[in-house]
Amino acid sequence: MAVTPVISGIAGPADLAEALRDAQYLAGEDLSTAAYLALALGKPLLLEGAPGVGKTEGAKAIASILGRQLVRLQCYEGIDASAALYEWNYPRQMLAIRQAGNEYVNIYADDFLVARPMLEALRHPSDTVLLIDEIDRADHEFEAFLLEFLSDFSISIPETGTVRAEVQPVVILTSNRTRELHEALRRRCVYHYIGYPDAAREATIVMMRASTVTRETAAKVVRAVSALREEPLAKAPGVAETVEWAEAATLLNTQGSTWPLAFRRAIGVSLKAQADVTVLADRLDALIDDAVA
Amino acid sequence: MSRPVAVPRAAMPLLTFAPLLRANGFPASPDQSQSFVTAVGLLGPRRMDDLYRAACAIFGPAPDRIDAFDALYRAHFLGQSLSAPAPGPEEEQAFEPEDGAAELFDPTEENTSGAEATAVESLSGRSFSAQEEVEALRRFRRMAQGRLPRRTSRRLRTARQGTRPHLRRALKDAVKRDGELLTLPVQKRRTAQRRLLVLIDISGSMKTETDRSLRFAHALMGVADRCEVFTLGTRLTRITRPLKLKHRTAAMEGASAVVSDWDGGTRLGDALAAFLSVPRYAGFARSACVIVLSDGLERGEPAPLVSAVDRLSRLAWRILWLSPLAADPSYRPQTEAMRHIAQMVGRIGSGASLPAVVDEVLNVARPV
Repeated sequence: MAVTPVISGIAGPADLAEALRDAQYLAGEDLSTAAYLALALGKPLLLEGAPGVGKTEGAKAIASILGRQLVRLQCYEGIDASAALYEWNYPRQMLAIRQAGNEYVNIYADDFLVARPMLEALRHPSDTVLLIDEIDRADHEFEAFLLEFLSDFSISIPETGTVRAEVQPVVILTSNRTRELHEALRRRCVYHYIGYPDAAREATIVMMRASTVTRETAAKVVRAVSALREEPLAKAPGVAETVEWAEAATLLNTQGSTWPLAFRRAIGVSLKAQADVTVLADRLDALIDDAVA
Repeated sequence: MSRPVAVPRAAMPLLTFAPLLRANGFPASPDQSQSFVTAVGLLGPRRMDDLYRAACAIFGPAPDRIDAFDALYRAHFLGQSLSAPAPGPEEEQAFEPEDGAAELFDPTEENTSGAEATAVESLSGRSFSAQEEVEALRRFRRMAQGRLPRRTSRRLRTARQGTRPHLRRALKDAVKRDGELLTLPVQKRRTAQRRLLVLIDISGSMKTETDRSLRFAHALMGVADRCEVFTLGTRLTRITRPLKLKHRTAAMEGASAVVSDWDGGTRLGDALAAFLSVPRYAGFARSACVIVLSDGLERGEPAPLVSAVDRLSRLAWRILWLSPLAADPSYRPQTEAMRHIAQMVGRIGSGASLPAVVDEVLNVARPV
């Protein structure tokens, strides 16, 4: 196991947290420790959590502080090698054969290879961060296939040979936990579960992300959202929703809506299920008034 | 790497933590143990917090088992005694009761004391091995593969007739024939088995059906690719893991140990609402074939049950509601809740006997 204690000038969790903060991402000590360990041990980082708590944002922030390009692979049910690894450009190969006539033509040259995210990351391991997003959406076959990739960091292309990463690439996986990931996959990763942040931290995140929002509004929104999260909702608002709600309410306020009303009118960016709005129908006003007071 | 290394005494507790985790049902591999030691070294460690964070990051306990993990951590590194009844050293046990799931839904009414003990008794006490039922389950296992509902997958396979050109194959053929292509090979979408979600009502009014339902769920678990099973009573319990065991008796015992509200009161609406309020569980229902084994008799207001089924019906691909009351083909729902539910679910079928349940489920994929 190759251990690199200092990565791009980052010598510990505290350094990483600070760098992330500069990149507009507020990471708790747990997250910064897990992320630092993943980088230092050269292991993939697996981030789990409810939708909208900032898993993908975290990956983007890590890529930006390392000064690397983020290569994102969005998973879906039925994703396969041709979408994740590589594909030959068959029409071009076909044309090349036709045009060559009696000449020799190498139809498996690199020109004809269409690199998908995973191959892209392997080819430029020190310039990219590979984000495998929502791995829980992919099926078990893909997960098993991923195991091989994550332990060797190599891809074999039958026609040309094996592509191996020169240095260990940085890989971040995220999961919404709609299903349990296989133990073998978890084992290979450094793991962190991102929960909802506490009120103070969430208010800071709102301030950081939405520059128009005042400190006061941020605190109010956070109070309202944490009250909403207590309710039996189909989809509790995530951090992203909090930020949007604060922004939307501020916008309405500048156009002349008074305070509690601005929140009430902008509820659509926070609660996105009709059922939830109905459940709360009679209590919503009281709930917002409480939070704003 | 393989030469024996003298381990400093201070590092010993780090190395013995993984075996402790393993003994308590957490998967902890030797390379995780090695990473743990390296991680602690990397972090200093300057504080005890660092040690804990490293342990969490490397061993990655699932959020619903974090309490058990914490207890073990405290016992091992801080020398505190295990206050919580941590699961005993059962390495052979291939399943763990889902503590988190069992606690998700707090019963608002008192559970009758000793319910669990009586449940185990009644479970083993009820006779159910009638030849007909065994035969029905055997038939189910035999026919399920071809009859369970399927959906089109994103993956493609070569086919004689299809809509998409199979370019890879076409290129191969062309190369063989010097760039000439005689026929265009085609492919079409594969199909995959649809996800199945089984919700078993274990309230008092379903008492006589519970074993049957569980045995059916176990059989289904054996043949389905992706299947989740929950029991609904006064609480919501996920029993997918115990039912995964192949051996039927072991699976039944495992399931009855996890569920603590056998034959209790009916709070179907609340239990369903609890199910839907956990995004992860609601995700199981998404475009799944949902099989509900319940008579739909609800104590109290029907409104929560109706709204929960309404939401479920919008998530699911199809809901098959199997009620023991619906044995008669001329059955019309009597209660207000069931009258509403009848309009939302795909079909209310007979759940009166195991052969009837088997027939209903085998026919669920037929176009209505």
